[in-house]
Amino acid sequence: MNVKHHLDEATLVSYAAGSMSQAMALVVACHIAMCPKCRERVKDSEAIGGMLLEGLQPAAIKGDALDSVLAALDNEPSVNAAIAPTEIHRDRAVDARSVPAPLQDYIGGSLDTVEWRTIVPGVYYHDLPCKSERGGVSRLLRIAPGKAMLPHSHDGNELTLILQGSFSDEVGRFTAGDIADLDGDIEHQPLVDSEVDCICLIATEAPLKFSTLLGKIVQPITGF
Amino acid sequence: MDNKPPGDEVENIAMIRPTTAQDWSALLERVAEERDRSSFVQLFQHFAPRVKSYILRLGLVESTAEEIMQETMLSVWRKAHLYHRKKASASTWIFTLARNQSIDWMRKQKYPEYGLEEWHEEPDDSKDECADSVLTDRMIKAINTLPENQAQVIYMSFFEGRSHTDISDRLGVPLGSVKSRIRLASEKLKHMWRDDV
Repeated sequence: MNVKHHLDEATLVSYAAGSMSQAMALVVACHIAMCPKCRERVKDSEAIGGMLLEGLQPAAIKGDALDSVLAALDNEPSVNAAIAPTEIHRDRAVDARSVPAPLQDYIGGSLDTVEWRTIVPGVYYHDLPCKSERGGVSRLLRIAPGKAMLPHSHDGNELTLILQGSFSDEVGRFTAGDIADLDGDIEHQPLVDSEVDCICLIATEAPLKFSTLLGKIVQPITGF
Repeated sequence: MDNKPPGDEVENIAMIRPTTAQDWSALLERVAEERDRSSFVQLFQHFAPRVKSYILRLGLVESTAEEIMQETMLSVWRKAHLYHRKKASASTWIFTLARNQSIDWMRKQKYPEYGLEEWHEEPDDSKDECADSVLTDRMIKAINTLPENQAQVIYMSFFEGRSHTDISDRLGVPLGSVKSRIRLASEKLKHMWRDDV
């Protein structure tokens, strides 16, 4: 997979800090799972967290905390059993080509079994149950070749990860693994230019904006 | 945590300082390979009070922070076999465990992880192996040299769990400025601790 569009540095820091909504974090984790370069970069961002942790003033802990944890270790499985979960992960990753591991927790291992709802002919969506205190939204969009979203901009951040197919907009051409990491400064009109349906995982920070957007989100590029 | 004024943690943390040298990574490896309890006890004594301090800063109450700290330290034992010293320092790895435990508790939903266990497919790069303590000293020096408005957005992200939009609202500065401050801070930190190697 040749990823050309990567995460913004500020987005990586927010993910590493654990300070973005569940919806946004899901898209970020999926891109990182597909992109070796961002996998390297996120480690540097997480190192900021490690450094901050190291520098913190230690807090008082309960006197029996260590004993409680040591007692709990007695109930833990031995070395061999502890390593077993890795194998489970690897099995699950068999069909990971199109569905990155973090997304498999939500839709399973295949894009073919997703239940789509129609917005207009050629444009479908599937909502993901990402809870978040700020109400962030994430969903899968499936758009047929030749269709486009209406031009739009946004108040908050918006993430779009391509899982299959491709689209082009003012920023460039996006294919599987690429992420469009945009904020309100950019207005764009993505047009699906692949021969197969384009499937994207998208998340926005501002749910109301997004709902409004969805209401008018797509129409055939030719037509009315 | 919403009652706290923006960035009020900055002063508390301004005195970040290096700790005594110790090869935490080696202790973690011993926990993984030999299930060695005495190594675990040393890790616990160093990291447990810091992990709890981090969780308290996220705004969780004392009893919850204690509980999540204990869960985090248990997961250090459980997941030690997934740790690779070439991928992360011990404090970075334990930070990610504490972060995930805290978020899972707050959201009652699993924080999306990109999968540490998939890393072994990649060849180990020839990144120089620095002792944790050396690297940490270097990073602490680096963060202490950040301009205050950059340090502030880093603290608000890591210690108050605030999103970019949230920080933008709190500080009354545009979203784009928040992001560029974070970008600048992050690039500067990476440069400083790379160039020094």
